[in-house]
Amino acid sequence: MNPTSETELAEAIASAKGPLRIVGGDTRKIGNPVEGEALHTSGLSGITLYEPGALTLVAQAGTPLAEIEAALASENQRLPFEPNDMRALFGTKGQSTIGGVVATNASGPRRIQAGACRDSVIGVRFVDGQGQILKNGGRVMKNVTGYDLVKLMTGSHGTLGVLSEISFKVLPAPEATATVMIDGQSDEEAVATMSDALGSPFDVNGAAHVAGQTVIRVEGLAGSVKYRAAELVKKLGGEVVDFDWTTVRDVLPFANQTGDVWRFSVKPSDGPKLGAALRETGAEVIYDWGGGLVWALSTGGDMRGLMGDIAGHATLIRGTGYPVFHPESTGIRLLNEGLRMKFDPRNILNVGRM
Amino acid sequence: MDLPEPNFEIIARKPQIVARLQTVLTHDAVIYDEHEVKAYECDGLSAYRCPPMIVVLPSSTEEVVAVLKICHAEGVPVVPRGSGTSLSGGALPTADSVVLGVSKLNKVLETNYDDRYIRVQAGRTNLSVTGAVEAHDFFYAPDPSSQLACAIAGNIAMNSGGAHCLKYGVTTNNLLGVKMVTMEGEVLDIGGAHLDAAGYDLLGLICGSEGQLGVVTEATLRILHKPEGARPVLIGYDSNEVAGACVSDIIKAGVLPVAIEFMDRPVIRAAEKFVNAGYPDVEALLIVEVEGSASEIDEQLALICAIAKRHNPVELRESQSEEESATIWKGRKAAFGAMGQISDYMCLDGTIPVSQLPFVLGRIAEMSEEYGLAVGNVFHAGDGNMHPLILYDANKEGDLELCEKMGAEILKLCVEVGGCLTGEHGVGIEKRDLMGTQYTDADIEIQLGVKDVFDPKWLLNPAKVFPLTLTESRRAS
Repeated sequence: MNPTSETELAEAIASAKGPLRIVGGDTRKIGNPVEGEALHTSGLSGITLYEPGALTLVAQAGTPLAEIEAALASENQRLPFEPNDMRALFGTKGQSTIGGVVATNASGPRRIQAGACRDSVIGVRFVDGQGQILKNGGRVMKNVTGYDLVKLMTGSHGTLGVLSEISFKVLPAPEATATVMIDGQSDEEAVATMSDALGSPFDVNGAAHVAGQTVIRVEGLAGSVKYRAAELVKKLGGEVVDFDWTTVRDVLPFANQTGDVWRFSVKPSDGPKLGAALRETGAEVIYDWGGGLVWALSTGGDMRGLMGDIAGHATLIRGTGYPVFHPESTGIRLLNEGLRMKFDPRNILNVGRM
Repeated sequence: MDLPEPNFEIIARKPQIVARLQTVLTHDAVIYDEHEVKAYECDGLSAYRCPPMIVVLPSSTEEVVAVLKICHAEGVPVVPRGSGTSLSGGALPTADSVVLGVSKLNKVLETNYDDRYIRVQAGRTNLSVTGAVEAHDFFYAPDPSSQLACAIAGNIAMNSGGAHCLKYGVTTNNLLGVKMVTMEGEVLDIGGAHLDAAGYDLLGLICGSEGQLGVVTEATLRILHKPEGARPVLIGYDSNEVAGACVSDIIKAGVLPVAIEFMDRPVIRAAEKFVNAGYPDVEALLIVEVEGSASEIDEQLALICAIAKRHNPVELRESQSEEESATIWKGRKAAFGAMGQISDYMCLDGTIPVSQLPFVLGRIAEMSEEYGLAVGNVFHAGDGNMHPLILYDANKEGDLELCEKMGAEILKLCVEVGGCLTGEHGVGIEKRDLMGTQYTDADIEIQLGVKDVFDPKWLLNPAKVFPLTLTESRRAS
């Protein structure tokens, strides 16, 4: 199925006789494999509204991410949450779509300061499992009218509905960027450094530790960036360097290596303890989000089990043999099942993905 | 506005329900005397009042569990209440309800500066969260005007905003986790000190659900280090249109102030009379605030002032001292109170695309003429969240109804131009019957379905948010 309008999308779902597998750009292979007829969203493409003066962009779900980023760049703006490009990590080709970004809540290093994808999405239109066209939120950045289904749809991996149109709050692109690098730190030292940086008044919007290098990013007006970078060097040591943040954003060090890729979200101060347990198994580890996002490349085994009593969650991003998503408590699982029954009572949308 | 008929069968069982509640709470935590419960008859939307049947003030999550289990078994509606500052009637009781006040749940449970969060009981006031961390130079960002009194529980229920959310976001962007008790008395831990959900974003769903999905007893909140400094600039224009254009240009220019506040002449005059903020007597006044070190502030203000000057301001004044900055904000924060000195008023909360500001302000002025009711405008211009204050006389027959009619027309206009009914105050009872202007029946039905999942018997704050006609069969069952 390849609908070219929201109405066609609704008709396709309403008339579906069996399970559907929703396909955007197919660049992010996250979640359990799904059986069913392919429902492509690439026919729902195009930016419907862009108001730079209101920091608002609305696009159809199948619009390529690259097209949106180019439109924003032409007005010196950008998506706040720095969505990653997973093609290298998964060895996929093609164009990531904005619907796929939202369905997976894909959020990069700037998540710690500018929020996740879910914080930038301000409205959705979608078609539920019965073929009903529904909307929630809108195109204004403050909206508390009714329940916030926008958050629920973001990161629901197409299991509650098929997104047709999404509204975003966008931000001005910065005039300048600077990265302070401190070389040769242990995991503990790195997380302590990143906590210092993130607990400073200098509005840090990137803090990662990769291959022994701790990198701290500030962005904004040129004079301000120069000032804050200098203050951070005074506080933390290190020096201002050129650094390509796509390395961290896209987990590039793991891209051309075989092995399972795990992603953990924990509180930053628990990061090094988890990292040590991971490294003991021979895994490689990258820290983002000040130490709270831990990426691990493992040669095999249940890395989630290493969390022990550390609070948070683990996702098996690439690999098989273990549940992809973190097991839920009974209470939460029952609520989620109840929600799925309301949004997709025929149980046909991306069944078993999550 | 219609209030639902109370269920007299429930009211008849009051002695039995009181007795059961007294078995799980201390006696002073169960209020049932008909004079004493009057203290809970309304919230910030004081035009509507209804004393509840019973008020309970539990002191722990366990007590909340016990209360909810009893109310669930007895089939009694429960109205959760933070500090009762809701402007939309979110905490307005019904005569057959138990008001569950969380004011005794006010402790700080944990602070962690390395990981930048605080865990509090949900009855704690917004400002006292910042109070608990400011010795370490940290703060909690969302700052509703009622922050001295309002509770975090209510902030979560309404997804409250504030003046500084242009930079820092609203409650949902600063909430990391909750402990929540369902109507059936089950305790759920959702989120925590780590970021983002493992599966569905239930935290995002609960925030802003107006106390209809569960009772939040604890919250984990993101805290931030204070900026080195902050400084506002006052910009006065002789027309609302020009002020609106200036706001749009500032945003487009790539500098993102922490706040852009807008006041029109009636509000400027009232605020000036009330607190002597030193405001010029102009048609439209902007307060634009930026943050950072002294040099960073200078850099940003230079850019903002250059843009402002292109629009020929009547007045352009950078604050020169901390005292002056505090005075400038004092006027803005006191604006509602100042208008209240003049007259009864109804405060609206619609949000519109920033580009529509001049048009909508023009239409509101026309409606003001048509209805013969004065309007003051004070709002968060950076994000398009308007707060028209419609003045009326509560003692004059029919004036409130006229005011509500005009309010509804303004909110419909907000939706028509691409905005929404409420940006930060919530639907409550106030905008309940207007939901159909923004959402189709199907859009509403899926939301009702969400409530079915969390509260199958429809006992939690049931007569709010949605048009009563659409929820009647669920509430009755």
